[in-house]
Amino acid sequence: MKDLIKQIDPLIPALRRYARALLRDADLADDLVQDCLERVIGQWSQRRESDKPRQWAFAILHNLAIDSMRRRERQGVHLAIDDVDENEMAVPGRQEDGLRHEDLLRALEVLPPDQRSVVLLVSVEDMTYAQAAKTLGIPLGTVMSRLSRGRERLQKVLDGELTTPVRTAMAPTLRRLK
Amino acid sequence: MGNDTRPPRPILEEDLHAFVDSLLEPERRREVQDYIDHRPEVAELVSRLSAQRQALRAAFSDIVNEPVPSRLNLQRLIEERSAPLERGPVWRIAAAIVLTLGLGGTGGWMARGASEKTSAGIASLSLEANTNYAVYASDTVRPVEIDGAHKAELVRWVSKRLKRPVPVPDLERSGFHLIGGRLVATMAIQHNTLTMQRNNGPFGGYSWADDGLGYSVVGNDDAADLHPLADEVRRQVRMSL
Repeated sequence: MKDLIKQIDPLIPALRRYARALLRDADLADDLVQDCLERVIGQWSQRRESDKPRQWAFAILHNLAIDSMRRRERQGVHLAIDDVDENEMAVPGRQEDGLRHEDLLRALEVLPPDQRSVVLLVSVEDMTYAQAAKTLGIPLGTVMSRLSRGRERLQKVLDGELTTPVRTAMAPTLRRLK
Repeated sequence: MGNDTRPPRPILEEDLHAFVDSLLEPERRREVQDYIDHRPEVAELVSRLSAQRQALRAAFSDIVNEPVPSRLNLQRLIEERSAPLERGPVWRIAAAIVLTLGLGGTGGWMARGASEKTSAGIASLSLEANTNYAVYASDTVRPVEIDGAHKAELVRWVSKRLKRPVPVPDLERSGFHLIGGRLVATMAIQHNTLTMQRNNGPFGGYSWADDGLGYSVVGNDDAADLHPLADEVRRQVRMSL
């Protein structure tokens, strides 16, 4: 159990971040993390030698999150994402400083969950493509195609908001974030 | 360098992603950098991907600096798991107390024990309060197990079952007197609530949670009429903590 704490405790902030980025609902996200930690504790001694604790814990959390999203979708809480025209989801651009936090979160929500999870694991959680593949239980090629499609789609939604007078012809507004 | 016979590896889209994600070996990174430098349209794409990545990281960076809520404390989760009581299913006989208050038995409130293990939520608390009210408030023969004349005994008993002191508010000034109390089975509650929530169910009232105990004020009056009473209960309970 000492080993468990040593390995898992430092991961908790990142697990919370991933859950919240996937689900957007902070309470629900923490519920999932708690569920995940309880499973980690329960299954710690049964995990395989080859399972890296980080990927293993993220995999448990990811599966719980997917289940939860499916449940919510069945209950009609969620928009059927693929049916929504990206332009409708695009958020109006506002000010010179471009991309706002909220806009980005809303844009992220337009992504199908399987693309969103790859984009998040790679961009935010700093996983390599191989680690993301292991975590999600999918082949490397699938990670690459989801990453590519996810980023492209996210960019499209973000660009949708950029078709406002604020946009200048040459410089992509995104660049201003740097 | 020097090996001119080797054909250059073509630059693929995934190389551009790996470039943005800093996942390329130094040598490959140089090749990709060179490729980008000679193609303004590719440079723009890479710059956008890079900005997107940075924006995502920035959007979620605050979360990792938040204090981790106590219910996600690993040590505590481990201890709870090894405690025999905690191995049970979601339902358990959590000691709960229903205090019936009258105005002729028309209002009731309940406080109940909280376990940190499962989250049933405030919605189920209000539902349970409704159910208990429906069952016991209408019982003219035995609405309570211990009556208000034995308040000290009642408090001792429920505090022991709840394994913590249970404050009983004095609502005489609001026009209610204590008829008595009883224990009922309940599900666990977890979150503290910031605000009172109007009960769902056939009866009016409000529910909230404070310091690990859930509270619900239920009555057959309009919910709005019970709000001052619920406020008073919460005020007294908080003062006694």
